[in-house]
Amino acid sequence: MLKNITIGQHYPIESKIHDLDPRVKISITFIYIISLFLINKFYAYFLVFLFLAIVIGLSKVPFKMIIRGLKPILIIIAITFLINLFMTPGEILYQIGFLDITREGLRQAGFMALRLILLIIGTSMLTLTTSPILLTDGIESLLNPYKKIGLPAHELAMMMTIALRFIPTLMEETEKIMKAQKARGADFESGNIVRRAKSLVPLLVPLFVSAFRRADELAMAMEARCYRGGEHRTRMRKLMMVRADYVAILISVIYVFAIIWIRFYPFGIV
Amino acid sequence: MNPIISIKNVSFKYSKDEMLALDNISLDISQGEFVAILGHNGSGKSTMAKLINSLLLPTEGTILVKDMNTRDDNRLWEIRQTAGMVFQNPDNQLVATIVEEDVAFGPENQGVEPLEIRKRVDDALKAVDMYDFRKRPPHLLSGGQKQRIAIAGVLALNSECIILDEPTAMLDPSGRKEVMQTIKRLNQEEKKTILLITHFMDEAVEADRVIIMDEGKIQLQGKPKEVFSNVERIKKFGLDIPQVTELSHILIENGINLPNDIITIEELVERLCQ
Repeated sequence: MLKNITIGQHYPIESKIHDLDPRVKISITFIYIISLFLINKFYAYFLVFLFLAIVIGLSKVPFKMIIRGLKPILIIIAITFLINLFMTPGEILYQIGFLDITREGLRQAGFMALRLILLIIGTSMLTLTTSPILLTDGIESLLNPYKKIGLPAHELAMMMTIALRFIPTLMEETEKIMKAQKARGADFESGNIVRRAKSLVPLLVPLFVSAFRRADELAMAMEARCYRGGEHRTRMRKLMMVRADYVAILISVIYVFAIIWIRFYPFGIV
Repeated sequence: MNPIISIKNVSFKYSKDEMLALDNISLDISQGEFVAILGHNGSGKSTMAKLINSLLLPTEGTILVKDMNTRDDNRLWEIRQTAGMVFQNPDNQLVATIVEEDVAFGPENQGVEPLEIRKRVDDALKAVDMYDFRKRPPHLLSGGQKQRIAIAGVLALNSECIILDEPTAMLDPSGRKEVMQTIKRLNQEEKKTILLITHFMDEAVEADRVIIMDEGKIQLQGKPKEVFSNVERIKKFGLDIPQVTELSHILIENGINLPNDIITIEELVERLCQ
């Protein structure tokens, strides 16, 4: 069962968005996040919808997959909505017991919920269309200039790669240890939270011990293959910007300028 | 021609108070040779592999890899490149999340040009017959396949000598067969020097030379036929002899006329059918 897990939620198909340079995609995602926080008018969301629609359309990722990413944070969205709805003072529209729904509250709540939903959809578009390796490469390459001020760009990327590599291996191991402990009468399922947490000890101890042993062996294997940190290291795959990347950047820049324009020169008051 | 690996009077201790893991060992391995080192656990065979790769330094004596001293820090990376190493656990030596990325890891560390890396990776994967799997994540491969990827990783370093530290110990019989076929082919076709550390007798039979280690010393060495005819001595070191040899010895004891140096099934069949 655990063997088939996909890391992150990469949806491996070919599309214009999948083919974009990961650096471009990461940068655009940043621009997009910032743009969401610049918005203070409801109608500006129309632009965001349009932008997202273009991205989703070009990416060919089924809409269901994208919505699935929203599920785990549905509760957070709901709580944010309710808190904003009831806690914002202003002109009272409706009263339920001691709770007031205000006009401002309604506006604020809608705003926040929409912002969160768009935030999640936008960022999951990045992880859906970019494989973990490309994502790591992109992050390393984007962080490279900050090496001068002491940011360990290569080391961070290496750590990410190794973590990704070992997640399935450790998952498999967890399953194995679990079975072994169950065979000796361990009980992971019954009892209250405290009891269940305690029952995880015989699972976690061997897992940690083995993880450290693995780390030791991996370090030795890496050294044997001439690993000596990021210096003088080359990469097989070079990231290259092509025309599509520049077009994507251009579109995003136009988009973010439109958002900024609406913020500072608004028309209407909605 | 100078031997590719030359071990001279080497002793090694893991820490001061411990006993010697290796005790005054001398050994030469020439270019293109296929050497198998046998010994039970704790006989010092894995220690020797790590010493050759300069992962450990000898307490006494010297090791030369292609005339480079393993103590020489400036040649460290050249030594590791010349004598590539494959370890026992296939899971703990693969670094990247995609097969071809992992094979590229070595040459990337050496600072090779991207186009050249591409070529080396493709060649190495073809040599171990794993080219069709180049885009797969390693955790979905079988043990034998992972071990072949690890071998490809060493090939991509352009190593002349491949040291394999019990590469088949964690594999199932079919995985062992795959790996052994790959090793033999690399030795015969690519002329790679092979140093195979193992405790499977059947694997050692394939080598040009077998070395038997016990208590940090070389106890026996020679052609597989010569070594395995010393049935009693080998058993004394806690090792088995190949099944076929065992069988033929029992047959000899029971009065059947056979030579005492039979090590392969084909040989025995041929002799018995005469």
